[in-house]
Amino acid sequence: MPKDHGIGASSKRREDARFLTGKGRYTDDINVAGQAHVAFLRSDVAHGRINGIDTSAAEGMPGVLRVFTAKDFEGVGGLPCGWQITSIDGNPMQEPKHPILADGKVRHVGDPIAAVVAETAAQARDAAEAIVPDIETLPAVIDMKAALAEGAPKVHDDLTSNLCYDWGFVQENKEAVDKAVAEAAHVTTLELVNNRLVANPMEPRVAVGDYALHSDESTLYTTSQNPHVIRLLMGAFVLGIPEHKLRVVAPDVGGGFGTKIFHYAEEAFCTFAAKELQRPVKWTSTRSEAFMSDAHGRDHVTKIELALDADNNFTAIRCQTYANMGAYLSTFAPSVPTWLHGTLLAGNYKTPLIYTNVKAVFTNTVPVDAYRGAGRPEATFQLERVIDMAARELGVDPVALRRQNFITEFPYATPVAVEYDTGDYEGTMTKLLAMIDRDGFAERRRQSEANGKLRGLGINCYIEACGIAPSQLVGQLGARAGLYESATVRVNATGGLVVMTGSHSHGQGHETSFAQVVADMIGIDEGQVEIVHGDTANTPMGMGTYGSRSLAVGGSAMVRATEKIIAKAKKIASHLMEASADDIELKDGKFTVAGTDKELAWGDVTLAAYVPHNYPLDEIEPGLEETAFYDPNNFTYPAGAYACEVEVDPETGKVDILAMAAADDFGNVVNPMIVEGQVHGGLAQGIGQALLENCAYDADGQLLSASYMDYAMPRAHDMPMFQVDHSSQTPCTHNPLGVKGCGEAGAIGSPPSVVNAVIDALQSGGHDVRHIDMPLTPARVWSAMNAAK
Amino acid sequence: MYDFTLTRPTTIADAVSALQGEDAQPIAGGQTLLPTMKARLAQAETFVSLTGISEMRGISAADGVLTLGGGATHATVAREAAASYPALASLAGRIGDPAVRTRGTVGGSIANNDPSACYPAGALGSGATITATGPNGSREIAADDYFQGMFATALEEGEIITKVAFPIPEKAAYEKMLQPASRFPLVAVFVAKYADGVRVAITGASTDGVFRWSEAEAALSGDFSPAAIEGLTPPSNDMISDLHGTPEYRAHLCKVLTARAVRSAQ
Ligand SMILES: Cc1cc2nc3c(=O)[nH]c(=O)nc-3n(C[C@H](O)[C@H](O)[C@H](O)COP(=O)(O)OP(=O)(O)OC[C@H]3O[C@@H](n4cnc5c(N)ncnc54)[C@H](O)[C@@H]3O)c2cc1C
Repeated sequence: MPKDHGIGASSKRREDARFLTGKGRYTDDINVAGQAHVAFLRSDVAHGRINGIDTSAAEGMPGVLRVFTAKDFEGVGGLPCGWQITSIDGNPMQEPKHPILADGKVRHVGDPIAAVVAETAAQARDAAEAIVPDIETLPAVIDMKAALAEGAPKVHDDLTSNLCYDWGFVQENKEAVDKAVAEAAHVTTLELVNNRLVANPMEPRVAVGDYALHSDESTLYTTSQNPHVIRLLMGAFVLGIPEHKLRVVAPDVGGGFGTKIFHYAEEAFCTFAAKELQRPVKWTSTRSEAFMSDAHGRDHVTKIELALDADNNFTAIRCQTYANMGAYLSTFAPSVPTWLHGTLLAGNYKTPLIYTNVKAVFTNTVPVDAYRGAGRPEATFQLERVIDMAARELGVDPVALRRQNFITEFPYATPVAVEYDTGDYEGTMTKLLAMIDRDGFAERRRQSEANGKLRGLGINCYIEACGIAPSQLVGQLGARAGLYESATVRVNATGGLVVMTGSHSHGQGHETSFAQVVADMIGIDEGQVEIVHGDTANTPMGMGTYGSRSLAVGGSAMVRATEKIIAKAKKIASHLMEASADDIELKDGKFTVAGTDKELAWGDVTLAAYVPHNYPLDEIEPGLEETAFYDPNNFTYPAGAYACEVEVDPETGKVDILAMAAADDFGNVVNPMIVEGQVHGGLAQGIGQALLENCAYDADGQLLSASYMDYAMPRAHDMPMFQVDHSSQTPCTHNPLGVKGCGEAGAIGSPPSVVNAVIDALQSGGHDVRHIDMPLTPARVWSAMNAAK
Repeated sequence: MYDFTLTRPTTIADAVSALQGEDAQPIAGGQTLLPTMKARLAQAETFVSLTGISEMRGISAADGVLTLGGGATHATVAREAAASYPALASLAGRIGDPAVRTRGTVGGSIANNDPSACYPAGALGSGATITATGPNGSREIAADDYFQGMFATALEEGEIITKVAFPIPEKAAYEKMLQPASRFPLVAVFVAKYADGVRVAITGASTDGVFRWSEAEAALSGDFSPAAIEGLTPPSNDMISDLHGTPEYRAHLCKVLTARAVRSAQ
């Protein structure tokens, strides 16, 4: 019987009523009395020297309060980078300055040059158009390998080159890996591009800066996945405002997918200008601005080699990646191709030797940072593609080849620095095969062929590291932040609870699933629990939501705080019932004394805590409010097996996805419906990357896909019905809920299934196509088929 | 968007005279114009809305001709022309999404002549006659003379399209391969078989905008079957090269889609 409440129940998302009826309160819904508006003048060239900026005409335009350029930010810090990578030679990465407004040079199309604050948004925009920048266009570097060539134009004149870092991992293994590859019975080599993506959350970014003269306090309302992180970065590194004088509020957030983790220039600008002008200052991004100012994702160029012995056991993996950083280092950019990528190269397999080299490169493009999955999709894609290719070269079944190499014993220490606590890869593969009727595929293929179509089946596995992350470990790896999470549980006198969490929902349904956890622990109705998040003024310092960490880390903090509440409530109950605290049980919202018929309701005890007339005041304080911080001691490792079945029209190259199945192991599941929703969304984005989405620049650094006319977002129409299963559950061993996280899985696991399926289809039609780079548009598929003729 | 004044005449005569004003431009469904205005790429002192002119909205079929008012929306055509000219109704019914079809108009599409728009293929493929009304009255322009290259037409300053007359063919079909992002045609082909011959109009493919593939027309006029064009080399009219397809791919699609249109023509 499925549960109807508490942990394991598909409780309806309580936030949806307001989201679906237009009653959400997003940042753009916030208007502060007296607010002015800012418009940014952005560079229309990818690389250029600023010889001057004539703002005089703009200053005289109607409604203009002030025009800002870089010179107004002297003494103000640049945007900081939160992660430092060390190169093979022991040097720290090259870390360029990242000014709020372009200083001396513009470095990508969209780089803000000047900002106009005016009474209305239209006036600000009119005046921004009247600014005359004198920019001398410089040759742009767009291609990563060209950017590293001798004599290439430099994105940052004060750096030695366009190389941010040259990272080797695990460097001590390099020689052994080289040797294993040289001596292998078979080596499969694959060169590929992991395509650049634009996150495109439905809600564009917004910032409203406000300053209160009477208290000398600044407030920033912003579209953020992690308001505390923004407060720390902007306060301490950019504007020099101590945390107690700075409040950051992120109300309802309409999707983020990673791109709303980072601290952006517009946030700092609005906060700074509000104080300068003593007026609230608001910025709402247009969709066009979003394309050229939201951090992009992916953009790796990789060569991977898989070495096998004569019995088809994997013996080594060698990988070389060029990772695009764009023009500046976005907040967590350096960590994505390194610690979120290199550490996942073992996948689900017991490959004993792995070495990866990552060269991070500056180019005249929008900065690149974490996007749903961040590093893990790139690792999974190359690994699962090269395995499929090896199976084809060796003439063995791709599923059998995977199964033969599965890790089967846990805990398992990979050769790439992480230890998987639990997993059952055979289990999810078996589930998957039961879902897709693989035996019937040959017949389905025959039917497609009869209709002039090619049919293909792609199967793959994935693993990811979630529940980010143990602070001590990431500190050693270069993180400049801790990655714990926090919760304060406040019980009110009449028994209702307010849980204040440092996590923040940008669509994941925390208000529902978090309430389920706390209500279940106490045995009360979910409606008694309110989740509060998104405001640094009323939540404990937390690191926010990304890396599928909210339930695994934030939920764990909540469990710990609730445990403290229960322990204290039992003490109060033991006093009231004159029994030993050890004998008190709490179940279904009732306190009982073992072996007696004594009983107290939850509300009786909470009332006593706040009306302590009969209360052990000499032993415990009145009140019922507890805070806990939880720092995990390992990542969590969700894993699974995915399959995709496609039909390709050989005349046009068009790919139709007929079926997509996902068998995931997320450990324990709190709300199955929410988990399914997360997987569906991830699959849609993975299919988007595989078939449709492509952020493309021309050689001069102009963004070719700068609107939805050219950037193809996945639509419902492009999706098959999804089959998802998460009944394979090996609980995480090190967090109290046994949960692993599910937010990114779909986007990680699905791109290789789609591409494997298309290659399978083309091969079945006699086209010797080994690989096609994503997105597999009709034009690309057709060209590949023709090239292979 | 820049500031502008909107006028809403209710007759063609009033619209034509409003367009005589300084820096005035017609706006119909706004499905091309509004996004351009929002991006500040289009601007006019006065926009003259054509949506309130009922005499421009009619649809009628008589004597083998389907006549659409210049202001007829895609949704109306999809619905009301389905019986008389199913291939054209199907073309209209596949433009954009329901919101676009509810606002967008025949006149707007043909006036704009986007190199990837659908209606130009329907009009050229049907040998339609476009009625343009201006300060000097109305004149009729044959589709063959009307489409003059990407975004270029025979319309004069101050003229509006008030009517488009489509001779109804024996058989016709519209085959559209979607550009994955915009869902405009990547390439689309309109094939129409008349008693005196076959017309093949192709959109989305050429930098010169919509064009007729005369070799295919000749072959199909003799034998209206996919086999008739098998031996032809695809047209080579300055094919568009962009993110979504190479010139070779577009040329290839011209042929594939023509064959498919012939196969599905009814
Ligand atoms: C999301 C989306 C998807 C679309 N997909 C497609 C598609 O698949 N295929 C396709 O063909 N189109 C597509 N369109 C365009 C759509 O068909 C437009 O409606 C059409 O191109 C313009 O018609 P309109 O009435 O909206 O004209 P407007 O946008 O109002 O005007 C367009 C231009 O024509 C002028 N104009 C308008 N009416 C007249 C007239 N009667 N006489 C003279 N000049 C006039 C205007 O001054 C302007 O220059 C799409 C549009 C959108 C927004």
